[in-house]
Amino acid sequence: MEKVLFGDNQFFAVNHLSDAKAREQAIRFKDDEAIIRVLDQAIELGIKTFMCTTHDRIGNICDYARNNPKYEGLKIYPCMPYAHKYANAVTELGIMGTIKQYVPGNLFGTFAKGGVAFLSKDFCKLMEILVDVEMKMFNGMNVPVIFIQNVLVDMILGLKMYEVFAEYDRYIRKKYNAEPGYITMNMPALYDALESVGIRNPIICSSINKIGFRMSGGKAKYEQYLNEKEFRPIAMQVLAAGALSPKEAIEYLGNFQRIESVLFGASSKVHIAETKELIEKYLN
Amino acid sequence: MDKLKGAVIGLGKMGLSHAAIVGAHPAVEMTSVCDTSSLVLDAFRRYTRINTYSDYHKMIEKELPDFVIISTPTKFHYPMVKYAMEKGLHVFCEKPFSLTDQEGEELAELAERKQLVNQVGYHNHFIGTFRELKRLLKLKVIGDLLHFTGEAYGPVVIKEKGGTWRSRHEEGGGCLFDYASHVLNLIQEIVGRPVKIYGALLKSEYSKGVEDAVYALMQLNSGVSGVLSVSWSDETYRKMSTSLTIEGKKGKIICDATEIKIYLKEALPSENLPKGWTIKYITDFALPVNFYLRGEEYSAQVDYFIDCIRNSKKTEINSFEQAFYTDKVIKMIMDNAKS
Repeated sequence: MEKVLFGDNQFFAVNHLSDAKAREQAIRFKDDEAIIRVLDQAIELGIKTFMCTTHDRIGNICDYARNNPKYEGLKIYPCMPYAHKYANAVTELGIMGTIKQYVPGNLFGTFAKGGVAFLSKDFCKLMEILVDVEMKMFNGMNVPVIFIQNVLVDMILGLKMYEVFAEYDRYIRKKYNAEPGYITMNMPALYDALESVGIRNPIICSSINKIGFRMSGGKAKYEQYLNEKEFRPIAMQVLAAGALSPKEAIEYLGNFQRIESVLFGASSKVHIAETKELIEKYLN
Repeated sequence: MDKLKGAVIGLGKMGLSHAAIVGAHPAVEMTSVCDTSSLVLDAFRRYTRINTYSDYHKMIEKELPDFVIISTPTKFHYPMVKYAMEKGLHVFCEKPFSLTDQEGEELAELAERKQLVNQVGYHNHFIGTFRELKRLLKLKVIGDLLHFTGEAYGPVVIKEKGGTWRSRHEEGGGCLFDYASHVLNLIQEIVGRPVKIYGALLKSEYSKGVEDAVYALMQLNSGVSGVLSVSWSDETYRKMSTSLTIEGKKGKIICDATEIKIYLKEALPSENLPKGWTIKYITDFALPVNFYLRGEEYSAQVDYFIDCIRNSKKTEINSFEQAFYTDKVIKMIMDNAKS
């Protein structure tokens, strides 16, 4: 993995520090062109990996990237599912209604023929179908790592349905010839869960920052795992939603040999350049 | 101390989230879940050791849990909460609490009589910024209060359709029960209890049978006036966004889940607040939790519930009595909108 992973929160009104700022971003990036302009700049600055959600609008960005020689060699790390799409649907339609809405018609038809009983016996297949639906927009792109979003990872973790991780792991390797990745707000607990189902040296993306923000289980335990356990950590929320200055934030990450990459998002060329430089300077 | 035995009834979005949070709690063993969906129950049977039931009476009788979390559609709250408490279980119930005054009052009394821990899922009280707002108002940092605005906007219903219980008022659907209840409960516990509704509008924009927006003018027991403005049909918001703006004689505070903005006419050295604007962020106030899912507040409220049970504490945040009062205000708004 590259040291620097460019994220997409800033494009989709995700701001952990300010709802008001998030809405300003939504206005700024209302057109795909505005997103593409920032991506262009990131690529000019030497960013080689774009880690993005499976938001509908990413589909448009992929269409653009496929037909643009500048984007050749760009690696995409998809993170699925785009949770709010499903969360709003579950509130309105219930769980079955949501599955019906998002599983493609003919495929659901095939299941429906056997009735819900058939469907319910084959969760693995259902997971595979949902992954395929989300992956469609990345057809023909260079996709070396595929992540599950933290909402889903942490739900499965809390419910102790660890075998789901193993099934996901197998499917991503087999079907997409890619490495599975896991985003979590509970890194130590997730590491233990993955290990318990035989997943070795996993790619785990979690909040890692100097003030312990969103590091559930405690900063001390995170640091212990970063020092002692065998996995491939990606640090996110390194600025603790803006509470830390970029320099002190990234300097802190340099304390941990194992951290392979840093995920960050920025909207201006100056910020992208500055953060990238700091990561390259301090990360081992 | 032995682990507490926990159970969840109703495995929708909130129920699954609660089950995961309870499942990850070190002091609890999640022993059983109950739902009517065979799909969801099959998933639990396939992947977990948790026992599954489709009849909550059977589950409670057989499993004898210490507590139950009830996250079913609102119309089922009353019979389920009542049954669970009669069997001596501590109960955490999702919001809104009940559909009628009598039901809510009866349940609040029953909890009191049986000395059971009773809590309702108004999770905003476990968000650090709203807690800070409550603390600052208690200290009277903006002096005597004059007026407030309580708002919530989000994208739940953004085109015409209907079909689940959420599109039926008599079952607890609609923006008033779902979204506005959160704001009303926040106002009630942070600013004061609404006692009079001057004018309320329930507007259906996309939904059939229920309102998509609630607007109301009201007065609190302290005499303070305020406006409620809530819509679940606003797609300019990515997710539900709740805020309170409080005006006082000495300043103003605007608070949401991510930041608290304080304006003071004069500096307040005791709180280290200068004259003019101060902005503070959730990073300073977030409650540390052992397990995180969708927001610290969801874990923090369950942690609090479990702490009350383990240490035989009386519920002070989000008690049935408080939730029942919110139900009463909802009723006042409905009555006013009809008249």
